Amino acid sequence: MLCQECKERPATVHFTKIVAGEKSEFHLCEQCAQEKGDFFAKAAQAFNFNHLLSGLLNMESSPGVPTAQPTLRCPSCGMSYSQFTQLGRFGCPSCYDSFSARLDPLLRRIQSSETHTGKVPLRAGEQVKGRKELQRLRQDLQRSIAAEQFEEAAQLRDRIRQLEQTLDGQEGR
Amino acid sequence: MSLSEFLQRATSKWMKDGGPDDDIIVTSRIRIARNLEDMPFPVLQTDSHADEVIRLVKQALESKSVKNVGQFEFARCSDMSALDRYVLVEKHLMSRDLAEQVKHGAIALTEDEVMSIMVNEEDHLRIQCIMPGFRLQEAWNRASEVDDALEEHLPYSFHERYGYLTACPTNVGTGIRASVMMHLPGLVISGHINRLLSAVSQVGLTVRGMYGEGSEAVGNLFQVSNQMTLGESEEEIIGNLSSVVQQLIDHERSARRALMSQNRTDLEDRVCRSFGILAYARKIDSKETLQRLSDVRLGIDLGVIRGVSSSILKELMVMIQPAFLQKYFHEELAPGERDTRRAALIRERLRLDDMEVR
Ligand SMILES: [Zn+2]
Ligand SMILES: [Zn+2]
Repeated sequence: MLCQECKERPATVHFTKIVAGEKSEFHLCEQCAQEKGDFFAKAAQAFNFNHLLSGLLNMESSPGVPTAQPTLRCPSCGMSYSQFTQLGRFGCPSCYDSFSARLDPLLRRIQSSETHTGKVPLRAGEQVKGRKELQRLRQDLQRSIAAEQFEEAAQLRDRIRQLEQTLDGQEGR
Repeated sequence: MSLSEFLQRATSKWMKDGGPDDDIIVTSRIRIARNLEDMPFPVLQTDSHADEVIRLVKQALESKSVKNVGQFEFARCSDMSALDRYVLVEKHLMSRDLAEQVKHGAIALTEDEVMSIMVNEEDHLRIQCIMPGFRLQEAWNRASEVDDALEEHLPYSFHERYGYLTACPTNVGTGIRASVMMHLPGLVISGHINRLLSAVSQVGLTVRGMYGEGSEAVGNLFQVSNQMTLGESEEEIIGNLSSVVQQLIDHERSARRALMSQNRTDLEDRVCRSFGILAYARKIDSKETLQRLSDVRLGIDLGVIRGVSSSILKELMVMIQPAFLQKYFHEELAPGERDTRRAALIRERLRLDDMEVR
């Protein structure tokens, strides 16, 4: 019997599917069965993605893979990592930092990468820039204190204070 | 109220209007997920957290900057009847999850129902723009504009490395889900569909049947959307989806041409029989309706059926759903009764047009 899909190769896969009470028989070659099966599997995956995700998360605690400490918990919302793996949902925005060590390998599997390259909110964008600048200034300050350049250190300290105030103001807006 | 009045009032812009490539593309949809800082996601929300999110969103919607980009009507799910919520689900403006999230959920809609904002669904905000035809870029621009205006008033939760934070890590980063609803009868009839869709699912896109369960795509309606949200920009995501959709459009057009030149009589027979059934049936279930509508729409596109508005597929695929039917007939209908009323509604709708079968 020839494959009913490509009508080229011999049918080696035979199965019956019942859809809404109607029985259809399929006789396919290995290749076409895989193609068909692939789409069915993908459709089922899209349909049940959350289920799949929690499966993926639970897989991590299989033997051989270092398991999370049972106490790994987000201090902000109280959600534990194992609750997250069951639910497939985080409890609050802080969970991302609380679980970040375990998150990156997961993100690499389900996303294109683990770093955002898209749109940045206008307001948060200013703050992100400000916080990066602040970090740099604090490093400079450490360096100038270590080098005993106190005049420069005093200038840096003033700039840091100023920037901190600006950032506080933005956040409180 | 007459049917045409009801249609005017109860249908969304995407159901009535046309758009680019609308012989194949039913809708283009952009949905962006956003959350507020320092607040638990809806999954851990208390009543007072939910009220606070609703208060903040409502206040933002009243602001001048948001009003400049859209006049929104706001309603809590608890203030709507179950029937009205499910009508919104059938119009693709509300998710089934939100319709059931009566206590904490809310929705904001523009009058033309192009923009909608779901509040306290899986994320604090889900901003959606739905347009008829192939207009992903336009839909993104519109959604992004509303997003910007809201951001002036709402403290969005944004992470330097992970981008916009969402309840589920499958949405983090851009928070964007871009999707296109396609009518692909040519590829289904000619049997090329599985091969194509399996190829599509290998380039980071998700395909599913719009109606029906699992792999079944009732009415030859498919939804193609991006799977990944983190690592690529919104423009890259939309560009990638658009180029794949464009290829599917080309394949569908050539499948239709091939069918018309090689199996013309069979195709015309199929299309006209389906038209006859829709025009004269006394009882019809929703699955058969969707299949027949697909044939009729194909008949319109191929010039076999004339005078019937090409929006018939979009209009009726929504109107024949259970909540919409009950809304139109103003009464609760048992599943058996629905088939009779559905057939009546379809006949009535077809009579509004000056139809002619060649
Ligand atoms: Zn084969
Ligand atoms: Zn948390």
